[in-house]
Amino acid sequence: MSNPQQLRYTEEHEWLTAAEDGVSTVGITEHAANALGDVVFVQLPEVGATITAGESCGELESTKSVSDLYAPVNGEIVEINEDVLADSSLVNSEPFEGGWLFKVKISGEPNKLLSADEYAAFIQV
Amino acid sequence: MTDAPRRTALDATHRALGATMTDFAGWDMPLRYGSERDEHVAVRTRAGLFDLSHMGEITITGPQAAELLDYALVGNIGGVTTGRARYTMICNAEGGILDDLIVYRLADQEYMVVANASNAQVVLDALIERQAGFDAAVRDDRDGYALLAVQGPESPGILKRLTDADLDGLKYYAGLPGTVAGVDALIARTGYTGEDGFELFVRPADAVALWEALSEAGKDAGLVPCGLSCRDTLRLEAGMPLYGHELTTATTPFDAGLGRVVKFEKTTNDGDFVGRAALAEAAERAETEPPRKLVGLIASGRRVPRAGYQVVAADGTVIGEVTSGAPSPTLGKPIAIAYVDAAYATPGTEGVAVDIRGTHEPYEVVALPFYKRQK
Repeated sequence: MSNPQQLRYTEEHEWLTAAEDGVSTVGITEHAANALGDVVFVQLPEVGATITAGESCGELESTKSVSDLYAPVNGEIVEINEDVLADSSLVNSEPFEGGWLFKVKISGEPNKLLSADEYAAFIQV
Repeated sequence: MTDAPRRTALDATHRALGATMTDFAGWDMPLRYGSERDEHVAVRTRAGLFDLSHMGEITITGPQAAELLDYALVGNIGGVTTGRARYTMICNAEGGILDDLIVYRLADQEYMVVANASNAQVVLDALIERQAGFDAAVRDDRDGYALLAVQGPESPGILKRLTDADLDGLKYYAGLPGTVAGVDALIARTGYTGEDGFELFVRPADAVALWEALSEAGKDAGLVPCGLSCRDTLRLEAGMPLYGHELTTATTPFDAGLGRVVKFEKTTNDGDFVGRAALAEAAERAETEPPRKLVGLIASGRRVPRAGYQVVAADGTVIGEVTSGAPSPTLGKPIAIAYVDAAYATPGTEGVAVDIRGTHEPYEVVALPFYKRQK
């Protein structure tokens, strides 16, 4: 599997796009989606909610387990992916595209966001 | 014995298929090959192929093989005719369940006991201990067999392409020796999915050839390789208990609603067996004042209950505990099996919820199973 070069990544397996007008799109990586197995339910923060980098802001239910969704940055939720709420299998089938989770207006970001190559190395460990 | 997980004879096959592997009871087993939901649906609608070689086979032979098993297990094993199988349990003296088992009578003086991988050593040790005084031998055959299962409505048609054995004459819970794809096999009409299907006990050296032959024969019928993840959701929908979840040493068969497997009258002795006195009391208690009962729960929402989550009443009182839970592919909703206080165990009981990480999600109490195949 390949992790798109233009994205940045977290050690909690989220990806985020380069900000446009201060807004980034966030999802989980293909590696994470594969590890979870079939995602059956996604709980996302509400539009307008404030999220804090490294803190749980939602959850992903799969057949075997439930996993926290961690905020990759500080900011305010400006949009959530209604398609994923209706059909959570998008997280498995298109983790980097149609399976995106939310858009966040960034107010601050941690220093430890990873490049695609750094993330690829991280998940090899 | 090392700590490294054991690998089945089909290990390389699983890896070549791209399986996600998992450590299960000391074995490295396929969890899923692709989507576990697709695998689940394949078994419900077409067919699935499983490697179950982690299951523990123990062979009992000798003039008093039946007597030994009647004493060691809770069922009437002496009453099982040759070529038939029986779902049964082995209990301790207190009536606690050590394991649930399938026992196949292979010949007049020969039985095969199939134990869960996680309990195979416990079962073997107990059988050896209980063998004293019986003219019967207990043999550890865990390394003697690989076990492949073909499950699903298309499985008879698939197997017929590979064997001359009389499958139409093979009833549910029956087993006969035969040849499948040129390989010697014990062909059993058993399974753990709620579907028609077969379990094939073969020599480990023959496992790969049989797997490949079954895959080829089943291709047109839509047979797919299936991992343990869908096996768990299939058995859950079918209301079948899993040791370590619904069944433990702290539960008796009566607590689990499976008192029917306990036979106080046996063919080969006067009904004496390990756990008899305690189980007679458990039977009485289940009849008169059952503490908790095993029920099914179906979600209204989409959050999934997991083993260990508490079941609560409308006022928040804890009234039970989830033993197994998963999203049900067939129902399209989360389901669970739970022990609940008898007062809340009636199907349709109002106000029952599961505490899912702090939120009380409403659940409907139903009778098990969630799914029963149309025959």
